[in-house]
Amino acid sequence: MQLGISTHRYRPWDKDIALVRIREHLHREGPLLPILHALLEEFGYIDEAAEPLIAEELNITRAEVHGVITFYHDFRREPAGRHVLKLCRAEACQAAGGDPLAEHAEARLGVPMGSTAPDGSVTLEPVYCLGLCAVAPSAMLDGRVVARLDRGRLDALLTEAQR
Amino acid sequence: MTLRLYIPADAGALAVGADEVATAIASAAARQNVAPDIVRTGSRGLYWLEPMIEVETPAGRVAYGPVAPSDAEGVMRAVLGNGAHPLHLGPTEEIPWLKRQTRLTFARCGIIDPRSLADYRAHSGGKGLERALSLGPAATIEEVLQSGLRGRGGAGFPTGIKWRTAAQTPPQQKYIVCNADEGDSGTFADRMIMEGDPFVLIEGMVIAGIAVGATKGYVYTRSEYPHAVAAMEAAIVAARHGGLLGERIAGSSFSFDLEVRVGAGAYVCGEETSLLDSLEGKRGLVRAKPPLPAHQGLFGRPTIINNVLSLASVPIILDKGAAFYRDFGMGKSRGTMPIQLAGNIKYGGLFETAFGVTLGELVDDIGGGTRSGRPVRAAQVGGPLGAYFPRALFDTPFDYEAFAARDGLIGHGGVVVFDDSVDMAKQARFAMEFCAIESCGKCTPCRVGSTRGMEVIDRIVRGEERAANTALLEDLCNTLKFGSLCALGGFTPYPVMSALTHFPEDFGAPPRLQAAE
Repeated sequence: MQLGISTHRYRPWDKDIALVRIREHLHREGPLLPILHALLEEFGYIDEAAEPLIAEELNITRAEVHGVITFYHDFRREPAGRHVLKLCRAEACQAAGGDPLAEHAEARLGVPMGSTAPDGSVTLEPVYCLGLCAVAPSAMLDGRVVARLDRGRLDALLTEAQR
Repeated sequence: MTLRLYIPADAGALAVGADEVATAIASAAARQNVAPDIVRTGSRGLYWLEPMIEVETPAGRVAYGPVAPSDAEGVMRAVLGNGAHPLHLGPTEEIPWLKRQTRLTFARCGIIDPRSLADYRAHSGGKGLERALSLGPAATIEEVLQSGLRGRGGAGFPTGIKWRTAAQTPPQQKYIVCNADEGDSGTFADRMIMEGDPFVLIEGMVIAGIAVGATKGYVYTRSEYPHAVAAMEAAIVAARHGGLLGERIAGSSFSFDLEVRVGAGAYVCGEETSLLDSLEGKRGLVRAKPPLPAHQGLFGRPTIINNVLSLASVPIILDKGAAFYRDFGMGKSRGTMPIQLAGNIKYGGLFETAFGVTLGELVDDIGGGTRSGRPVRAAQVGGPLGAYFPRALFDTPFDYEAFAARDGLIGHGGVVVFDDSVDMAKQARFAMEFCAIESCGKCTPCRVGSTRGMEVIDRIVRGEERAANTALLEDLCNTLKFGSLCALGGFTPYPVMSALTHFPEDFGAPPRLQAAE
């Protein structure tokens, strides 16, 4: 059993589907974050074309919507790679040898933290704490958590992500 | 009798292979012609033993761990035979690391099936609510006040006073918000509760709702915690079916319902007013106080905002009484604290104990020192905004005031251990960098000061006008501390200044004399 794991492929941007997903949340108090999460789940990113749609539906300005999207790290504005590998970069993982692992991942993918490998296979992202601090260092590959990382386990994850 | 096995589905256990172990155990059992009932629980919090599996026996549960999928065959043979196996740990409750704890908030975590309200009730769940209903709102608040419970999120503000303040506002739509935005590195207690005993949090929120006259609650948690989100959502559905949420709770005149909301990777949303803005669908900007959330909180309505651990401690306080809880602890820190031992530590995990245990006992005795085997050099207590304590301060007792007196804080109870390979100047720089990344941008000291702080630390480390730049860093830290709107900018000076004060040699200065301590 693995809960809360999203391994499905994302749809390409589609205005009609976006509207359906937006309207599912209009009855809620403070619906904007649930709407953005729903779009993220559907498309893997928040397309710029979503901004006026949301603004219209919520009767707020496009600037407000844009402001919220850009405030939160999760709401990426470009599609990610086929996989997303998040490496925990916070103190507990630093203490347990996370820094050299992050450098190794960057070297192997040939891109710095926060970017996508040239072949589009994987986006490497920092995350500030997965709450797995007693089994550090830790990572999350597409929602699957992995801890007690060492060079070997990280290489296995990278190989899986690059397939 | 069906053989019953318990295997955690806690994210920390899954991350080290608990699902693979569960599958391997089921197949090994099938090969040995038994079909055990496998219950997926939360974690007991003994993470170096995860995945740890438990077997129900007439004499109580017996544990094995850490189990790898390749151990499954042998472990199952031992379970069905005389129990002998190299991974056999004996009766779970007798494992010394667990036995020496005082588990009040975590009484059921790792024991019950977190999806079963019946199991929760079979383990004394729901008794706090029963008593709250018989006491009525005013006496319930009095009980929480008398217990001495203080906010476990980090600020340590008395929970009962927040409740009383919100209760005194005129009747209207009020809210109970659970701050489950556990962003501090080195902390995972909220996650464990949500994954291992979500009903206790629901019960605590229902009691809070009844006490202050609120009918709606939100659990605001993190997108980094997908397993906790799923566990809370499943528990809320079960609680609605079982009469713990909804209309006329437990036959009373009170109604209360609950919803999970997920943040989007902004650390600052753990700050209560920023969290409220985020819940409203805005950028997570910090609000100036007053007005207090208890007067004007979510959507401008009176709102109780409490941490997961504060709310999850309420049921046992109501069940056993304020005096029972208050009798644990020291000074003005009453009750127990779920302490989280993390980082480079041999025996890491969740250690709930009465306030008063020293940092040295936690790190050396309970934690067993570093996992790397190298000497412990520093422990950061209280998350990324907490101070780095050197060994010379390891006699500090775990107590809000004792840590404050030594320019530190206990925060949400995380202890991150570092060995002697740590570069404290790098850690100080990281604290400023983290503040710069996560600043909400509303106030200047935090937004600008954090970036200037990184630059000044870089100059000190490069040896440029060291004395002048060190004085400048101290001055900048004072500006952050006294000029920031919230704890992000206000507390970033703790890790920075503690690193500079206790480990000057890492900044290129002569080592501090130990005798000066």
